[in-house]
Amino acid sequence: MHDKTVAELARDLEQGTVSSVELTRHFLDRIRQDDTRYNSFITVTEDEALKDAKAADDRRARGEATPWTGIPFAHKDIFCTDGVRTTCGSRMLENFVPPYDATVTARFRDAGAVCLGKTNMDEFAMGSSTESSYYGATVNPWGDNLVPGGSSGGSAAAVAARLVPAATGTDTGGSIRQPAAMCGITGLKPTYGRVSRYGMIAFASSLDQGGTMARTAEDNALMLNVMAGFDPKDSTCIDRPVPDYTANLNEPLKGLKVGLPKEYFTDQLDDRMAGQVRAAIAEYEKLGATVQEISLPNTHLAIAAYYIIAPAEASANLSRFDGVRYGYRCEAPKDLMDLYTRTRAEGFGEEVKRRILVGTYALSAGYYDAYYLKAQKVRRLIQQDFIEAFKSVDIIMGPAAPTPAFGIGSKTDDPVKMYLEDIYTIAINLAGVPAMSVPAGQIDGLPVGLQLIGNYFDEARLLNAAHQFQQATDWHTLTPAG
Amino acid sequence: MAISREEIEKVALLARIRLEDNQVGALEKDVGNILNLVDQLQSADTSSVEPLAHPLDATQRLRADEVTEHDQRDAFQRIAPATEDGLYLVPRVIE
Repeated sequence: MHDKTVAELARDLEQGTVSSVELTRHFLDRIRQDDTRYNSFITVTEDEALKDAKAADDRRARGEATPWTGIPFAHKDIFCTDGVRTTCGSRMLENFVPPYDATVTARFRDAGAVCLGKTNMDEFAMGSSTESSYYGATVNPWGDNLVPGGSSGGSAAAVAARLVPAATGTDTGGSIRQPAAMCGITGLKPTYGRVSRYGMIAFASSLDQGGTMARTAEDNALMLNVMAGFDPKDSTCIDRPVPDYTANLNEPLKGLKVGLPKEYFTDQLDDRMAGQVRAAIAEYEKLGATVQEISLPNTHLAIAAYYIIAPAEASANLSRFDGVRYGYRCEAPKDLMDLYTRTRAEGFGEEVKRRILVGTYALSAGYYDAYYLKAQKVRRLIQQDFIEAFKSVDIIMGPAAPTPAFGIGSKTDDPVKMYLEDIYTIAINLAGVPAMSVPAGQIDGLPVGLQLIGNYFDEARLLNAAHQFQQATDWHTLTPAG
Repeated sequence: MAISREEIEKVALLARIRLEDNQVGALEKDVGNILNLVDQLQSADTSSVEPLAHPLDATQRLRADEVTEHDQRDAFQRIAPATEDGLYLVPRVIE
């Protein structure tokens, strides 16, 4: 049962060969048995899930089911869930029970989906390995001493271990695509503004975007059908019609124009990774795509621009955690300053504090023009690269991550080394275009992701290209042992 | 670009994060390394480039001036660390 995709489970539910209560019990059992090993969940909501499953079966009996009614899944613990603890991987929110639902949460609830719990993540989504979580590191199902990537590493590991068929994620600099690549699943970061950020705990508001994580492109399309759309509660959400993302999955790729940025295929790229990516691209040529070299000349500036913009926005967003209205508060504060400074010293972990300090510095008097404004100008240059490239190609392809999953603890002592994990993903967030990671090979038995980058609001084309690849290859069907 | 011990302490105060003396050294090194990484920015010619704040250059929407939210003070204060009579409690500010 757990090897089935969302699409298959939806058909089983529709045909009545299984009930949502049965499905939910099955996946909850798997979580109980296996997640002691992976630590992919921070909170498992067994009682709520069984109640929701019963309600879903009743709804189906009344003939009011949607494609998601009764399907078990999980939310990254960054999406507020009314009445269910939402920690964002931080001690700061250890006891935070939101009094409202994120829009993404509400949309899945309205569709009748059954949330089994909240998945582990780097604290406040700051990280590329899920090691900075206050609730302990998540282990990659492909190897006991390997990270799952991050920050949506809990969602990626839970899907790869088939503890849930699908999970939500968020992606500020690669946090859906890099863990999807490292866990051998399929993940999509939509266009900035496509999915509402309301109730999604903010890290860097001009970059954050909620997205989808599942085993197949088809399941990602089914998820995006629920998640995408205008929301007046998010001031940066775009008011634009939402297509049915499953509608053109089966269109042939003949004539698809694929661009390979020469800046991604340099000596810096690991030979074996380059080999896997090129083999996947050769598969696309067999499917009728034409391939040409393109240039994204400002690629080398992306990490620098990101590591000003993201910390600057984080330092402003995280100023709300002050020990007054919700969340952690230090013991016996002696005055207001002591309340603020000790609450934040004790409530935030090391990486979060580091980024707040960098961001505060970049925004402080005398440095704003040299750092933040400069980074926003460079951001425009990076965006122009993509706009120019999409005049001649439909999809840009390259690696999703520089290497397969790396060892737990191997990069935690050097923040800059960890930041370079996002070298192929970060520019996409700066430009705001959509991108996916699709399982496309293995190195030493570990999954490798191919990144597909699309033009603004071209998610349907990305999903079509990923689905066609998955009809021709079986990388997405490989599962870790155990 | 290096950052001094004094600057780290000043920024930590601005950010309202208490640092223990033994934490400052490591931060000096890590933040210094991060600032070195972002220094590449200075090599870019941006003399005629407009800064980008929203990828689609969207501007803030306006809405009708109507009441859309209802009072949820009790629900919001139920999760606060300390409240009394509908007020949030903090250490005494005015003697």
